[in-house]
Amino acid sequence: MFKGLGERLDEIFKSLKGKGRLTEDDVNHAMREVKMALLEADVNFKVVKEFVAQVKGRAVGQDVLESLSPAQQVIKIVRDELTELLGGTQAKINLSPKPPTIIMLVGLQGAGKTTTAGKLAKLLSKQGRRPLMVAGDIYRPAAIKQLQVLGDQLNIPVFSMGQENPVKIAQSAVEQANSTGRDLVIIDTAGRLHINEELMDELANIKSTVRPHEILLVVDAMTGQEAVNVADTFNQKLGLDGIVMTKLDGDARGGAALSVRKVTGTPIKFAGMGEKLDALEPFYPDRMADRILGM
Amino acid sequence: TGRTGIDEDLYEELEEVLIQADVGVSTAMKLVERVRKGVKARNVQEASRLKEIFQEELEYLMGEKITPIQLNPEGPTVIMVVGVNGVGKTTTIGKMAHNFKEQGKKVLLAAGDTFRAAAIDQLEIWADRVGVDIIKHQEGSDPGAVAYDAVHAARSRKADILLVDTAGRLHNKSNLMDELRKVHKIVAREMPGAPHEVLLVLDATTGQNALNQVKIFSEAVNVTGIALTKLDGTAKGGVVTSIVTEMAIPVKLIGIGERMDDLRPFNPKDFINALYGKTKDNA
Ligand SMILES: Nc1nc2c(ncn2[C@@H]2O[C@H](COP(=O)(O)OP(=O)(O)OP(=O)(O)O)[C@@H](O)[C@H]2O)c(=O)[nH]1
Ligand SMILES: Nc1nc2c(ncn2[C@@H]2O[C@H](COP(=O)(O)OP(=O)(O)OP(=O)(O)O)[C@@H](O)[C@H]2O)c(=O)[nH]1
Ligand SMILES: [K+]
Ligand SMILES: [Mg+2]
Ligand SMILES: [Mg+2]
Repeated sequence: MFKGLGERLDEIFKSLKGKGRLTEDDVNHAMREVKMALLEADVNFKVVKEFVAQVKGRAVGQDVLESLSPAQQVIKIVRDELTELLGGTQAKINLSPKPPTIIMLVGLQGAGKTTTAGKLAKLLSKQGRRPLMVAGDIYRPAAIKQLQVLGDQLNIPVFSMGQENPVKIAQSAVEQANSTGRDLVIIDTAGRLHINEELMDELANIKSTVRPHEILLVVDAMTGQEAVNVADTFNQKLGLDGIVMTKLDGDARGGAALSVRKVTGTPIKFAGMGEKLDALEPFYPDRMADRILGM
Repeated sequence: TGRTGIDEDLYEELEEVLIQADVGVSTAMKLVERVRKGVKARNVQEASRLKEIFQEELEYLMGEKITPIQLNPEGPTVIMVVGVNGVGKTTTIGKMAHNFKEQGKKVLLAAGDTFRAAAIDQLEIWADRVGVDIIKHQEGSDPGAVAYDAVHAARSRKADILLVDTAGRLHNKSNLMDELRKVHKIVAREMPGAPHEVLLVLDATTGQNALNQVKIFSEAVNVTGIALTKLDGTAKGGVVTSIVTEMAIPVKLIGIGERMDDLRPFNPKDFINALYGKTKDNA
């Protein structure tokens, strides 16, 4: 549906072959296309503005090498900067030397928290950890049951206390993990809007009570411009340790990845690649950069 | 601000506001062009009237009327609810069931998501909450068979409304889209004229990918309307501007919360007003 950056730049640079250096004018032209490509990929408007300003500085005065077309030259710069912004190399999860490691999943409604809890439990148990999953969503109909079904499929225990206060649930779960030799606690929480102060306070209370080693914000890859406000608010309130981008098995360009990374400064640690519990992959910034640029 | 005349900055600001509401960059540019022409044609000079002109122009494109749910006068109305994962399909069904029940209608639910963990339980809780019946099979069973049973049950129990839940699926998964097509076909075969509505649920937080969702779901199951959920957040759902104006599919319902009564008809005027609203007071 949308044109990728390569095609866009090829068009505007057609006349430029063999011209020597990229002038400010050439670069301005190119940056307009970069801007459009990023906006069409749902990168936040303000993030795009900053990014383009930053890349522009690097592109002016570049030699247009014989071997590369000007378009390729600009694409290389944009791609490198984007990859850098998305986190350079892969980031890993913090496992505590002193068990149990506590991971808490947070995010908007329907982002994929509960599914990601199951996926993480599966992945880390394959690496020799003994997870306990915690049903901390007391609001959504059948949320506890959903986690229990996943626990049954994985043969991993699920801690629940019905509609008890989530702070209490988290605290009791950690105690149980300690007494039963579970070295990893994965807390599922209810989906909530970042503007819902009461529910955001609930998360802050869970945090101050159990002190998780990893608070992961789960973000749907299809998210649009609001991704920055959501991520920023969750980060301000909780101090995020990482981000999980879900539903990357779809065809969304996923510009939200850049937005949330930029606004929180927090690494994207995992990519959700499907509904099944083995569909969790490390996040690769370079692949994401290409995807956002439509290449 | 202190500006009084309509200048370039003001148009640029409008474009930015629209892009940030997820209208999409090309539609935003087109809309701004339209407003520019509207300003000229009306010979308007005051900056304070820009919003009014924008609203008029977009209302002209989107229509001002509420588009109601299509009801079948001769028996059960079958409404299929489809969409990508986690957008709010099951919740919207719960809310619709409540709404119809309040209107004195007999409502039946079909637990057509046999795939996701506890999806059936979730719909069952909604059925209990609202006080309506549900047709369900085992987890992992064929959703087509559920639809078949539900259509027959709707007829024999003389239900007014049958709401068919379906599993969330990404539109680029052709096997899952084939499955959905099959469910649709079974419904149509077992009750001529059905489904009377195929509602595609879109999450207002979604960006430009919503366009692909609408396009591909429409090709598969002939979407008749959109339900736009999660408008109680800060996202404006601006992408439906292109869906309504360019793809001619109406938005019929909006979701504004997680409770049973958090469903409203889509009112284009309110939507347009909120789209250009930089403050909360006109949301
Ligand atoms: N295709 C795909 N679907 C996913 C992925 N992750 C989650 N889902 C689906 O997205 C939907 C929502 O997932 P949940 O795990 O229930 O999301 P949640 O954030 O726990 O939702 P709430 O608890 O209601 O806030 C389900 O249909 C999942 O199967 C993914 O990476 N790819
Ligand atoms: N804030 C808000 N949350 C909503 C709204 N509609 C649904 N939700 C929430 O979004 C989450 C997902 O809703 P579901 O109804 O399970 O979505 P679904 O499309 O059926 O999900 P799958 O079946 O997994 O694809 C739940 O936490 C709902 O409570 C809404 O209008 N506003
Ligand atoms: K979502
Ligand atoms: Mg959940
Ligand atoms: Mg559902």
